[in-house]
Amino acid sequence: MTGSFNYIPIIGLEIHVELKSNSKMFCGCRNDPFGASKPNIYTCPVCLGLPGALPVPNKKAIESTVKLGLGLGCEINRESRFDRKHYFYPDLPKGYQISQYERPFATNGRLQVTGYRLEKKTVRIRRVHLEEDTGKLLHRKINGEEVSLIDFNRSGVPLVEIVTEPDIRSAEEAKETAKKIHRIVRSLEVSDADMEKGSMRLEANISMFKGLAFEYKGQALPNYKVEIKNINSFRFLERAIEEEIERQRKILESGKEVKQETRGWDTQSMTSKSQRTKEEAADYRYFPEPDIPPISLSDDWISKIKTQISKLPEEIYEELIRAGVAEQAARIISANKDLAAKVQESTIKYNKVQKDEELEAKEIGNFGNWVLHHQLEVREKPAEELIYLFKQGKEGIVSDSEQLEGWVLGVIEDNPRAVADFKAGKQQAIGFLIGQVQRLAGGKADVKKVKEILLEKITNK
Amino acid sequence: MGSSITKQQVQHVAKLANLQLSEEELELYTKQIKDIVGYVEQLDKVKVDGVKPTYQTLDGMVNVWREDEVGMSLSQNEALSQAKRIVDGYFVAAPALRLPLPLIKSGRRGVASAEFGRTSEFFQSKNSGLSENKYNAILTEVDEKGAVGHKDLFLTKGVRSSAGSNVLREYLPQYSSTVVELLEKAGFKTKYKLNCDAWAHGSSGENSDFGSTKNPWNEEFTPGGSSSGSAAAVAAGLVDVATGTDTGGSIRLPASFCNLVGLKSTYGALSRYGIVAMASSLDSPGVIGKSVREVKKVFKVMAGKDERDATSLDSVKRPGLVLTRPGIIRIGIPKEYFDKGIDLEVRQAVMTAVKILEKNGFKIQEISLPNSKYGIAVYYLVQTTEVSSNLGRYDGIRYGFGRESFGAEAKRRIMLGTFASSAGYSAKFFEKAAKVRTLIIQDFEKAFNSSADGVDVILGPVSSTPPFKLGEKANDPLTMYLSDILTVSVNLAGLPALALPCGFSKHNLPIGMQLIGPRWSENLLFDVGEVYQSLTKWHTKKPQV
Repeated sequence: MTGSFNYIPIIGLEIHVELKSNSKMFCGCRNDPFGASKPNIYTCPVCLGLPGALPVPNKKAIESTVKLGLGLGCEINRESRFDRKHYFYPDLPKGYQISQYERPFATNGRLQVTGYRLEKKTVRIRRVHLEEDTGKLLHRKINGEEVSLIDFNRSGVPLVEIVTEPDIRSAEEAKETAKKIHRIVRSLEVSDADMEKGSMRLEANISMFKGLAFEYKGQALPNYKVEIKNINSFRFLERAIEEEIERQRKILESGKEVKQETRGWDTQSMTSKSQRTKEEAADYRYFPEPDIPPISLSDDWISKIKTQISKLPEEIYEELIRAGVAEQAARIISANKDLAAKVQESTIKYNKVQKDEELEAKEIGNFGNWVLHHQLEVREKPAEELIYLFKQGKEGIVSDSEQLEGWVLGVIEDNPRAVADFKAGKQQAIGFLIGQVQRLAGGKADVKKVKEILLEKITNK
Repeated sequence: MGSSITKQQVQHVAKLANLQLSEEELELYTKQIKDIVGYVEQLDKVKVDGVKPTYQTLDGMVNVWREDEVGMSLSQNEALSQAKRIVDGYFVAAPALRLPLPLIKSGRRGVASAEFGRTSEFFQSKNSGLSENKYNAILTEVDEKGAVGHKDLFLTKGVRSSAGSNVLREYLPQYSSTVVELLEKAGFKTKYKLNCDAWAHGSSGENSDFGSTKNPWNEEFTPGGSSSGSAAAVAAGLVDVATGTDTGGSIRLPASFCNLVGLKSTYGALSRYGIVAMASSLDSPGVIGKSVREVKKVFKVMAGKDERDATSLDSVKRPGLVLTRPGIIRIGIPKEYFDKGIDLEVRQAVMTAVKILEKNGFKIQEISLPNSKYGIAVYYLVQTTEVSSNLGRYDGIRYGFGRESFGAEAKRRIMLGTFASSAGYSAKFFEKAAKVRTLIIQDFEKAFNSSADGVDVILGPVSSTPPFKLGEKANDPLTMYLSDILTVSVNLAGLPALALPCGFSKHNLPIGMQLIGPRWSENLLFDVGEVYQSLTKWHTKKPQV
């Protein structure tokens, strides 16, 4: 649409992340719901909601939440507490979830989001709070009767909820925001954030504003929102939001109002279905959890957590870009923690060496690109060796196909046993063969290409 | 505003509370909520500008957490052992669960729930062999060689712990409460599980789903509640001491109605772990016995920090030198506790005790607790809000029977608390109550402030009347709630209090008084109490059983 008034999507995300820890949030039961061999083997009076049981918070989970808050650029609240959130569902054993309402651990964060086709933009983080997960329900039919089977192994697993402000304006932006949060969670090592298992779960709030984009700034939010739950991949998030935007646009263009409601995404049909409307909106009756004393975090305590934070992918990315590494290379390297560490370590050392030799900074960028290019091969090598290889390579890497093919054919002929081993499934044999090619090439063959040719020749043989 | 509450609203509250109410119940609760809301609206006129709310009484304790270490879990069998229905290691939830379901897996205590019909009959028939139980104080005999009785709110592993409610009438806990464990370890074996108002909701014992307990001094009278069985069993000589819980007076009231000593501990002095929760920020376990000495002995065994109760602490102050130098102790008499509402006989008995103490060297001075008059209103908002939350777990899936098994008083409190904390009302009721709670605490702080002519101990009656008759207040919840008017402030402030016998009415029914101290002053209360009991003989009187 051009010219005329447009509907601008107003989108916010709620992301749940199960924290990695040895024990559950409020009891000593093992936190391993996915690894459990049987249902209901990691439960105790606390996470089963037995009469008289009392919660005692897990210190590590609080540290992880603060870490994540810092990673998302939030302010950490010095005074926090837990609250009870009330609702009834068979997987919620106490009739309330211990969560945080008025005083979450972290608030007011900022996230820089970019993406393919996207302008760089800032998405504000409203809050990061800590709560407990519910049990898991399985729906089954037994003797013709619909029942829910309940497994409480997951009940009480520490769960962090990240809520963004409604700053997102498109499905793609939402996807990139979620992916960025995912990268941060993974790099801080506070959660596996495995979407498939459900240790990271996505929800989106969507409403539409009618007008021009620049007009929207500072305006009141639309007086309704639709919440979409049960989204378990970034792709489905994008898809679900696209669908919802279209659904709302059609309703609005026909002159009707969109109902405030909660909808569930159904992966089978790739559509969302209404779960709860505003009239039946929940009243959670929050009040401060009387069984847990408040949490008061000192500056020292928070500083200590800060020192435990390794650089975020985004920071590494920025540094690599500044060092002259190409964008795509920087993105791939920064997303891989081990590789990023190696590149950074190498970069620093290389930087030193280069300074001695008074070479220009852009070489560092080339080194980053080289590391990316040789990703598979360099992963296990120490930095010094990488620098050596890079320097060697720089002085004349051989990537001429004909030349390489000649070496490869020679090596295949001279090493029938290794070839047979590889064909029998021994993957290491390929490394040996590459090494033989490098011997002939004086270490200057383009490893990636050599591998390609080797595989082609062996499989076609 | 109280009058504007509609049946539709009450129906909405019932939905939030997950209760299915009959048309009659809806009518009744609409009327009763109106009455009670009308009463608590007296808080509207209390000025609380700039007053911080109190949600917990923890002396500013913060950051109680555990290291991330794996501890013991229940086995799958233990976890599932109390469920009405299980399949392949899973619990089962179905819409049909509102009705008792037959067990589909045997090998456990395989009785279909329908057999029981009225469970009080079940209990009575089980206990019919116990001639000692003529006061209906005992719910379960555990070990005839045992020494102590426990209110049935205290979980005892493998031994039925009903909380006085039909919901838990068959519940065999998978674990024992910390204080029961501590007592067992120190040689105080459990003899009986004792009757009480269901979920500790009550001041007379009449809310027990297993029938009222009778007062051994006169069977037509209530023994006081909610620790009704605990007091009756000690008074009748069935056990030397019994545990109880005191959320708004539930130890002190029955102790005073049965001529006994009852300790309500400092909030946090005794672990709440494994005791069925009533109102978590108010619940204080304690002991009922015949003398201060006995109560003190048992309290010392139970007291201390429990890693499983984040609100517990080990801060009871060391014993002082009161016994040798009573003159250094100042006792405050709150004028509000002797208002017009107080029965003349009670007033006389308590004032006689004050004179005895004064004669023996204690300094007596009048004090004022001006906000104590709001105690009941604050208490019935905070307490019911927490009750409605704590009773949320009883859904009949993992243990016990479903929510239809709650008795009338439990339903009433769930309804009231859900209403007081619901959207649109929380600020007016629950939050306001939390602020007035602060004012009540400040009254006590001022009274105990040593640098401003404060006192060491406060003394007053436990109940404004002598014991009342069974049935006398049973149909009027608000009047029943007002029985706690002199006890609830102590719970709101998390203070320790010791109830002591101090006389008898003309109908030969016991009258009690209470000593209230600052937090962690149990030893001071014991000392003053022992001095008093060395000067009087009331506690040595026994009912004819």
